[in-house]
Amino acid sequence: MSKLPYEVQTEPVTPLSVLSLDGEVVNPDLMPALTDEQLKEVMYRMVFTRTWDERAVNLGRQGRLGFYAPVSGQEASMIGSEYALNKDDFICPGYRDMPQLVWHGLPLYQAFLYSRGHQHGGQIPQDVHVLMPQIIIGAQILHATGVAMAFKKKNEKRVAITYTGDGGSSEGDFYEGMNFAGVYKLPVIYAVQNNGYAITTPFAKQTAALSIAHKAVAAGIRGIQVDGMDVLAVIKAVQEAAERGRNGEGATLIEMLTYRFRPHSMADDATKYRTKEEEAEWALKDPLVRFGKYLEKKGLWTEEDTNRVKEEAKATVNEHIKKAEAVEKMTVAGLIDSMFETTPQYLEEQKADFQ
Amino acid sequence: MAQMNMLEAIRDAMRIELKRDSNVLIFGEDAGKVGGVFRVTEGLQEEFGEDRVFDTPLAESAIAGMAVGMGIQGFRPIAEIQFVGFIFEALDQMFIQAARMRYRSGGRYNSPIVFRTPFGGGVKAAELHTDSLEGLAIQTPGIKVIIPSNPYDAKGLMISAIRDNDPVFFMEHLNLYRAFKADVPEGEYTVEIGKANVVREGSDVTIIAYGLMVHTAVKAAEELEKTGVKAEVIDLRTLLPLDIDTIVASIQKTNRAIVVQEAQKTSGVAAEVIAQINEKAILHLEAPVLRVAGPDTVYPFAQIEDAWLPSVARISAAVQKVLNF
Repeated sequence: MSKLPYEVQTEPVTPLSVLSLDGEVVNPDLMPALTDEQLKEVMYRMVFTRTWDERAVNLGRQGRLGFYAPVSGQEASMIGSEYALNKDDFICPGYRDMPQLVWHGLPLYQAFLYSRGHQHGGQIPQDVHVLMPQIIIGAQILHATGVAMAFKKKNEKRVAITYTGDGGSSEGDFYEGMNFAGVYKLPVIYAVQNNGYAITTPFAKQTAALSIAHKAVAAGIRGIQVDGMDVLAVIKAVQEAAERGRNGEGATLIEMLTYRFRPHSMADDATKYRTKEEEAEWALKDPLVRFGKYLEKKGLWTEEDTNRVKEEAKATVNEHIKKAEAVEKMTVAGLIDSMFETTPQYLEEQKADFQ
Repeated sequence: MAQMNMLEAIRDAMRIELKRDSNVLIFGEDAGKVGGVFRVTEGLQEEFGEDRVFDTPLAESAIAGMAVGMGIQGFRPIAEIQFVGFIFEALDQMFIQAARMRYRSGGRYNSPIVFRTPFGGGVKAAELHTDSLEGLAIQTPGIKVIIPSNPYDAKGLMISAIRDNDPVFFMEHLNLYRAFKADVPEGEYTVEIGKANVVREGSDVTIIAYGLMVHTAVKAAEELEKTGVKAEVIDLRTLLPLDIDTIVASIQKTNRAIVVQEAQKTSGVAAEVIAQINEKAILHLEAPVLRVAGPDTVYPFAQIEDAWLPSVARISAAVQKVLNF
């Protein structure tokens, strides 16, 4: 199909990447500035999160966790993007984004409580700057936009980041949020973890756009695509976007190409819509393997390190699930009292039916 | 005392709060420079600057959702939804995200937001500008719903709404914006959310209404008085929480009641009022409580809206029915 001379022109985008699959630095110019200790910390968090995910799946099977959305495969995009933030930057997550909240400061036992359907899971500590996971796909995109508007009005050098998936990029709220951010030049990062599937619906059926990153063009904000299995590329992209936000240069849409190794949720069967070949192909891009190879070559990481972190993660998960299970059960009276700042008379009367 | 119509009274409330609290902000479609399509916020951008009072792109979900995000960062947004029918675009953000914020976060976050919208029939407006959607709102846990009927209440309730730390849905009847002027105190005062008002005393029957229908009910009461019937008229003012105590006190005196609403008949405010009367005052009743409401159709095009809306005649007929039961 030939293009008309007066038609809007778009070109395909090349994803930002730093490491090859063998862990070789292929784009040294794009290497984020990290110390050896920081590089090890990133690996620590990814291995920890993978182990936590494995344990959470088992805890779910045992009935000790409720709704749980597995994260294995997406560690680079999750851990890398959070690591690139400052502690006072604000995260508005989607439903799968618990790792970012925990690494931003939410105690792990509260993450477990959230999954178990306990209100205390959402009682974010005062010094932790996150919202609870959002269930309505895309709603959090507007909250991040509002948080960024608040930062801008208060002249605070902070950014808001929000996460959604390839499915979420089809929501109206996605476009509305980016459009507002463009108009008001807000310090916000729209991170889309494109893992290829919205539950079962493949990316090809989600959009006819050249990429999700291209959608930034319509909103007049910057759009970039990142290899979301390459943690250094993710850190680079988010660091740069956050810096731009802090400097008053506006919002960035970052599409991170990634893959979830497990099903959508514990109730999903991925074999019904994904092929073994495809899964094997993505397994070769495993962000832990790839980054691990890079660190091993630098002499910063060994298999013993991985095993040590795994054991540590298992112990931590055990400790926190026990702590979560020991928290007193919610009551209907407590629910009623948490609806409003002051419980109105009609709700006081309804409370009496439950005491 | 100043003489103000309801629109001016609402503006005065917002001006007072913008001045008092730098966290109060106003935004919405056309709400900034010109002060909204009805000029309710006229002059406020000029007085307080574009940083505090501003126009937004045309997207209701984002207007409401941005308010939620700003609300958890300490601002107290007054978000205007230009016409009532447009709230459907914003319902998730208004009725889910804002309304559940306190509960979902166990009190860590809240939504100190006023969602303002004009509504109400009888002005020959375009489709979906005039619907009475308060029935949807009162089924929403976590929000408060206000419909004022006069300038004094509108100002006092708006100040209360802005100061409230939970989300308030503030519905402003189009037909009352410029209908009449009344005495409104200068400076700040509040009307308590959740308190009804007996606007006309009587001993034979209670007519419960809100918004424009308060005025139609008062007219009906005046007509009825000519036939010797003394009707008491209650203005609900707040629909959630509902002031059932004032209603019950009136029924203990009159033993008969009807409820008037512009909204469609089924499952709305009137139905809820009657359910609560049933729970709290059934032994005081001499007759069933009747509803005078729009029929269960879509709100009609302008040609027949006057016939569709509750009238003095329909209210009087319902009163006669409960008196003659």
